[in-house]
Amino acid sequence: MSRVAVLKGGRSLERQVSLRSGARVQDALERLGHEAVGVDVGHDLVDRMREARPDAAFVALHGRDGEDGTVQELLEVLAIPYTGSGISACIRCWDKVLAKHEMRAAGIATPDFYAFGETAFKELGAAAVLPAIEERLRFPIVVKPSAQGSALGISFAQTAGDVATALVAAFSYDTKVLLERHVSGRDLAVSLVEDASGPRLLPIVEARPREPATHPPEVGTVPGGPAAQPPERGAVPGGPAAQPPGRGAKPPYSFEARYEIGATEFECPARLPEDVTARVQALAVEVWHLFGCAGFARVDLMLEQETQEPFVLEVNPIPGFTETSLLPQAAEADGLSFDQLIEAILARATG
Amino acid sequence: MPSRSVRRDLERYAGLFARRTKVMRSSAMRDIMSLVEREEVISLAGGLPDTSTFPPASYAAVMQRVAAESCARALQYAPTEGSVAVRRCVVEVMAAEGMEIDRDDVLITTGGQQVIDLVCKTLVDPGDVVIAEGPTYPGAVPTFGAYEAEVMQVGMDADGMRIDELERVLSRLDAQGRRPKFVYTVPTFQNPAGVTMSPDRRRALVRIARERELLILEDNPYGLLRYEGEPQPPLYALDVDSQFVMYLGTFSKILSPGVRLGWTAAPRPVLEKLNIGKQAADLCSSSMSQHFVAAYFEGGRWQEYVRSLSEIYRRRRDVMLDALAEHFPREAEWTYPQGGLFVWATLPDYIDTTDLLARALRENVAFVPGRAAYLDGRGGSSLRLNFSGVGEDDIREGVRRIGKVIREQVALYGTLTGAGESPAGPKPAAASRATEPVPREADPQLAKVLDLRRRAR
Repeated sequence: MSRVAVLKGGRSLERQVSLRSGARVQDALERLGHEAVGVDVGHDLVDRMREARPDAAFVALHGRDGEDGTVQELLEVLAIPYTGSGISACIRCWDKVLAKHEMRAAGIATPDFYAFGETAFKELGAAAVLPAIEERLRFPIVVKPSAQGSALGISFAQTAGDVATALVAAFSYDTKVLLERHVSGRDLAVSLVEDASGPRLLPIVEARPREPATHPPEVGTVPGGPAAQPPERGAVPGGPAAQPPGRGAKPPYSFEARYEIGATEFECPARLPEDVTARVQALAVEVWHLFGCAGFARVDLMLEQETQEPFVLEVNPIPGFTETSLLPQAAEADGLSFDQLIEAILARATG
Repeated sequence: MPSRSVRRDLERYAGLFARRTKVMRSSAMRDIMSLVEREEVISLAGGLPDTSTFPPASYAAVMQRVAAESCARALQYAPTEGSVAVRRCVVEVMAAEGMEIDRDDVLITTGGQQVIDLVCKTLVDPGDVVIAEGPTYPGAVPTFGAYEAEVMQVGMDADGMRIDELERVLSRLDAQGRRPKFVYTVPTFQNPAGVTMSPDRRRALVRIARERELLILEDNPYGLLRYEGEPQPPLYALDVDSQFVMYLGTFSKILSPGVRLGWTAAPRPVLEKLNIGKQAADLCSSSMSQHFVAAYFEGGRWQEYVRSLSEIYRRRRDVMLDALAEHFPREAEWTYPQGGLFVWATLPDYIDTTDLLARALRENVAFVPGRAAYLDGRGGSSLRLNFSGVGEDDIREGVRRIGKVIREQVALYGTLTGAGESPAGPKPAAASRATEPVPREADPQLAKVLDLRRRAR
């Protein structure tokens, strides 16, 4: 039995999600006979950790401060063992731009992209290259903040006019954004949990939002904006996206679709041909090693409809533990109960 | 103990939820709003009165009196319709706004919010039409949703709900053989828009209700918080034989939201149903609160307190309007409230205020994104600002920070579209408006602020 501080809440936009994750983790730890101390992360974090003197910290934080290596850095200084990935893996996974560069350099398929910081537009006239980017990526283009979870701030831009609005929205969440080729296909997540012999692959989960987001398009054509004339030449490998998801819309697997019970249908294991499953899983393991993940992680991918090729979108060093989160569902499909999952994750931290 | 199956639980709960919960959704906005509570955040998001203005000595004296004179009764259930004493207070408050009412026509409720709930419960079957203003009170949105009402939102301008548009909506419904169950309006210092319905429109609205035999739910929490201009007659007073207007009042803004006491005055047959609905909901509102309010009113100083509140809020409103003129870019527009608690601002349509809130929270400031005031996704470029809940310095600083992030986005959009950066600085009209003597005329500009532009698609 250990005394475990469950770090949750914090000040990120995913505070509520983290509180839900943290509460479930705490319950599980208690059922397992541990002493769980819930800590809503704030100014007094260091004091509280010094006071509680836990044997380990279970980091159930999502987003800024929790998933970006900050809390991990503090825990290292305090010499408190913690769950999940270390500082370096967190920093590189949380920053999607950095993560995508590393994946590209390592030859791991990730959708084509271009990324810019605010200064590029404010001071270097980067707007002038948008048409060239639009030509290369073709519409719809996914515009997202580099560092933000739960699909917040993501838009699918259909036209050049949408891109400007989508960029303004994405810059609300981070000072760096990326424009990414839209991969039309199936939304897959591969969760991994580490045991003594290395990362254990859990069955692939496919998320299928039950209804199209009921929200109106977030980004529309702005009158007076540049004419929306996507170039028509040269087919991109894989061809143009089959069915655009709606004009400048939120992604179908949106924040709401992620956390509303019943809003998304999950299939686990996802029904995929054996060879595809094998390729997707191999890719996930490769990604795990590339970033040096530890404890557990979730790799999100798109399986392109046209080519049946998997593309890695991102790696989540601290995926959710809520009722609707994917990692616990995958564990369960593999015969690993929620409590066993939590125990396994904790064991890697303390062992 | 074996852990439960997550997947099975999910399916089980999803299968148990009533159909109406499909509209009770999680939303990114709601989760983001939870950060507003953080201590370091200047929140212009709330609708809170400033309860720190209530003298602790008065509170102690009132409670002392309740304890000494009516301890046992204060600890007991109350009648569903409310105690005679507190209904007498309601008669007094309504008289102060020019309404004559018999205390038997009053039902005491748990806050004004319960009135909206009970009215929906009593009148709305799934799919029934309710007409509301656009934008409407954000707190009514989930209530309408929970009763599966189909809400049609009628636009507003500086004179309140547009009656011509209302008539068009009613005719369209007529053509479909449908009738709205009621028209929900906050005619005075509207939440969130801050505008007040003109006397002509008030009369027109009541006339339409009489002609078409429609019910109106008049939500009037702020009527007594007027900082300038002449009081307008409540719709309830214009409905001469009290047949078509259900009135909603509350002690929340003139005394305390903590007492959770509101009331409704409605045509008798409706009132009886509301009473039965209330019995099912909570039997009665807090006896302790009712005794508190009655004892406080017996002191005879409630109007004095409302005057002192109005003075504080008037200053805060002026501070906010000055700060808006100083810090918001010329592309922004906002309303000029003669009372109440809110200013409604509208930004260029390429700014989404839900996203902007995420950015504003990094600067430790918050507001309500306009989309919360619509059921159809409109309002994406507007925001509601409250000036009653925080002090003058915080209002100034909060507006400065919001202005800063808006300007950032305006500038960014300018560079992205080659539209050129707009010179930072207030638009002249707004600047003079804030420094000149208070205008009493409705500003025609406001029509644009409220009449939200739909994006061209």
